Amino acid sequence: MAEQNPQTDDNAERRPTVIADDLHIVYRVNGAKTGKGSATAALSRIVKRGEERGVRKVHAVRGVSFVAYRGEAIGLIGSNGSGKSTLLRAIAGLLPAEKGKVYTDGQPSLLGVNAALMNDLTGERNVILGGLAMGMSREQVKERYQEIVDFSGINEKGDFITLPMRTYSSGMAARLRFSIAAAKDHDVLMIDEALATGDRKFQKRSEERIRELRKEAGTVFLVSHNNKSIRDTCNRVLWLERGELRMDGPTEEVLKEYEKFTGK
Amino acid sequence: MTAAPSPDEGLTAAQLAAKYGLAVSGARPSLTEYIRELWGRRHFILAFSQAKLTAQYSQAKLGQLWQVATPLLNAAVYYFIFGVILHASRGMSKDVYIPFLVTGVFVFTFTQSSIMSGVRAISGNLGLVRALHFPRASLPVSFSLQQLQQLLFSMIVMFIVAIGFGSYPSLSWLLIVPVLVLQFLFNTGLALIVARMGAKTPDLAQLMPFILRTWMYTSGVMFSINKMMEGRSELAVRLLQVNPAAVYMDLMRFALIDGYDASNLPPHVWAIALFWAVVVFAGGFVYFWKAEERYGRG
Repeated sequence: MAEQNPQTDDNAERRPTVIADDLHIVYRVNGAKTGKGSATAALSRIVKRGEERGVRKVHAVRGVSFVAYRGEAIGLIGSNGSGKSTLLRAIAGLLPAEKGKVYTDGQPSLLGVNAALMNDLTGERNVILGGLAMGMSREQVKERYQEIVDFSGINEKGDFITLPMRTYSSGMAARLRFSIAAAKDHDVLMIDEALATGDRKFQKRSEERIRELRKEAGTVFLVSHNNKSIRDTCNRVLWLERGELRMDGPTEEVLKEYEKFTGK
Repeated sequence: MTAAPSPDEGLTAAQLAAKYGLAVSGARPSLTEYIRELWGRRHFILAFSQAKLTAQYSQAKLGQLWQVATPLLNAAVYYFIFGVILHASRGMSKDVYIPFLVTGVFVFTFTQSSIMSGVRAISGNLGLVRALHFPRASLPVSFSLQQLQQLLFSMIVMFIVAIGFGSYPSLSWLLIVPVLVLQFLFNTGLALIVARMGAKTPDLAQLMPFILRTWMYTSGVMFSINKMMEGRSELAVRLLQVNPAAVYMDLMRFALIDGYDASNLPPHVWAIALFWAVVVFAGGFVYFWKAEERYGRG
């Protein structure tokens, strides 16, 4: 068992940083209503009109409420498709809520810049683009540039940073993405399965970086299927199942139940 | 709950949020705040547009040379069809018609591709919209900026063609700058409008090419509206001439081509150009901002 993170000791005042109040998230998917994807089927759906025909609703998060406090590192667990990533996006304000509200202290940020990066550009330009996309200023990006490249270890095997990202191995690309994403300080930080990337050495380094970020950030959320990395980094766990909050409590307690549930 | 937070016991979520000054996540900022946020992202907007531009031809052997070669080939195709086969020049001399056609094609393409990339600005970048927090207007603005840079490359071809057919650089060429600024504003406004519509109805991307092609053929890209409409009522000619695409094309031709004088322009042409730019840009910006918190919904 790895060392358990001690509770933060500034318990004098427990300041909430994120409050979720009966949160519901519904996805709408176009053209997935019937099995028939033919043009005539689509046409008849339009002709019939009616309320949102041809749109299928996916109720991903159903009535989740919790309060997160400053200094907490919260793990989100649950089987695939249980709504963990959706919940994170809603907290970040990236997915509008169908019902209920999320209140946050400052702007929560999702640790992930994958979408802003372009495979056809060099690693160098992606570092700059990714930094700017996360809201860093030009000076901040310049300042952190070397740090990011060194952390990623991309240049350990030669001058790869000046090559287009499409030439990288999947591990290398994942390392660079994490390094860019982790370069910024955040008030509320959310990490979605980022720890599974790279080799053992890089995983250790990224866990270290997450602990640092947690110290600087108010609150950290971590989605992971790796119970060990949850144990190593979190002091509280939310267990989601079918979009509902099944359990909320200290890491050990919840994980024990979860492991029983998954039959591990 | 792990421990009972004694002083806050019994407060509702909204009261607790108010007590500690928490704000609703993902709420739409005020218009002034939004403009301020967008200005704060100017480096990202520029870097994103340049990155898109570079990524476009990065797999091609000739690389960035295509930035100039593509518009050149386009102009050649249009000249072959409209100049050689259809004789759309209608009495314009070759020295005027070829630069006339090339300018028209490039200037219209600027508007056309700004709109096309605007439609997909949100719906084609959902990954980005769902992963990072930034004013969503950054995307359509960035895409029209990319098209502006593309046009600047095409201008090189335009200048060469103009000089090749006897229109030499003169003071009137300076008018190109205000024309570009006004057209860029107009395009960005349109891109913002279609970006919001395309975010809700992605089908618009399928429909848009047909609308744009119709617009192109009625805007006088390959023919002079004045010459084509000879003998028709003044009103019909004026109606075709106040079309914003025609206005920006004609102003650009007037600035660039020696043999294309002010008689081809409608009265108050600069006022019309300014009107379109300001109204469409301001209207488009507000229209886009009004749905800011809804972009990225599944």
